[in-house]
Amino acid sequence: MNWLFDFFGDAANWSGSGGIPVRVLEHVEFSVIALLFAMLIAIPLGLLIGHTGRGAVVVVVAANAARALPTLGLVVLIVLLVGVGTTWPVLVPLVALAVPPILVNTYEGIRGVDDDLRDAAYGMGLRGRQVLLRVLVPVALPLILLGLRIAAIQVVATATVAAYVGLGGLGRFIIDGLATKDFPSTIGGAVLVAALALVVQLGFALLQRLVVSPGVSGRAQAR
Amino acid sequence: MGDAEPLVRWDWIGRNWPDIQGLLVDHVIMAILPVLLGLLVALPLGLASARWRVLYQPTVSLMNVVYSLPSLAVFIVLIPLTGLANRATVIIPLTFYSLAVLIPAVVDGLGSVPAHVSQSAVAMGFGPMRRLIQVDLPIAVPVVLAGLRVATVSSISLVSVGALIGRGGLGYLFIDGWQRQFSTPILVGIVLVVVLAVLADGLLVLAQRLLTPWARARRTA
Repeated sequence: MNWLFDFFGDAANWSGSGGIPVRVLEHVEFSVIALLFAMLIAIPLGLLIGHTGRGAVVVVVAANAARALPTLGLVVLIVLLVGVGTTWPVLVPLVALAVPPILVNTYEGIRGVDDDLRDAAYGMGLRGRQVLLRVLVPVALPLILLGLRIAAIQVVATATVAAYVGLGGLGRFIIDGLATKDFPSTIGGAVLVAALALVVQLGFALLQRLVVSPGVSGRAQAR
Repeated sequence: MGDAEPLVRWDWIGRNWPDIQGLLVDHVIMAILPVLLGLLVALPLGLASARWRVLYQPTVSLMNVVYSLPSLAVFIVLIPLTGLANRATVIIPLTFYSLAVLIPAVVDGLGSVPAHVSQSAVAMGFGPMRRLIQVDLPIAVPVVLAGLRVATVSSISLVSVGALIGRGGLGYLFIDGWQRQFSTPILVGIVLVVVLAVLADGLLVLAQRLLTPWARARRTA
């Protein structure tokens, strides 16, 4: 615990371009941009294959294989090939990390909607797109949000490796601390990342309460 | 890196193959052991949470918290206890990640057993233990295996982060390649990690086919 006190108690760690507030903002920036790109790719694709059923097997198999891509390896490879300076070498691996859970959960959510419900919607005269947007998406929302939450947490946790190739974010405290044997900095950075991940976790729990229709969640259900 | 430098130097791979093999074995051990340990712990905990539903919410919430802890952060916090570059420093956190995936999978799997099936088993005179082993668990297999697949693949991928604290199996190749600004080891590492994950995933799919012969019978019928 003394380490934590050494790190968080030091006023120098709270100001300037290498201070805690700046690093937190950098970290959030990487994570949000990566998550937005991943959503842009994964949600439409997931809705499409879930709704039409076409190409689902191929996409899901590819998404599961992409889960195995080691982020650290991708980051160092891309930076080695294109050089440091911009942030996008970190964004590509983070997007690759975030797409599979969002895609698979969106697909599973849409596909898992009760056939009777789907038939009823068509029976009421809704067209394909209306069925998707007014019935399937609201019912699938808990699973879609679960995918987003898993993706967001993994991105926040993994964005730390950006520091290894010289970029900013909370990983700086960890990696620099390891390099200079400054243990308080390393532990402090680790605690900050964990805290940020927990904030994301809570944020999604709250979002789920706000946007999922009570009729769907049943409020008592686990997910 | 000069213009003449190729993306992959095949001769490097040939010369360093024994070392790469060593890293591969280390990687497999550090990736698979946590999943096996996780399953061993998740089964009883999952059974308990499925039987006493009050346990379920707290267990899942706790696991969600565990899952949101960044692996690198946990590795580092463990270093004073287990030592730098020690296998245990990587295996312990990965075991908890596996648990976070597997406990909900076991509970959901048992929840997927239709009530009429359990009731039939009881009506046929099955005791609780026999019902669990011969009826409930086999029916839960697909959901549990789905969790096992996610846990295995992410474990194989996460081990490489351990390289930042000196013990990451194939992840060492990323550090080595970066420090020497040399792309071959990095590519070899990425490819081997993905191949390893796809192989392990394939084996689990095969296991599911063998463990749930009725699913195939229904599809062909």
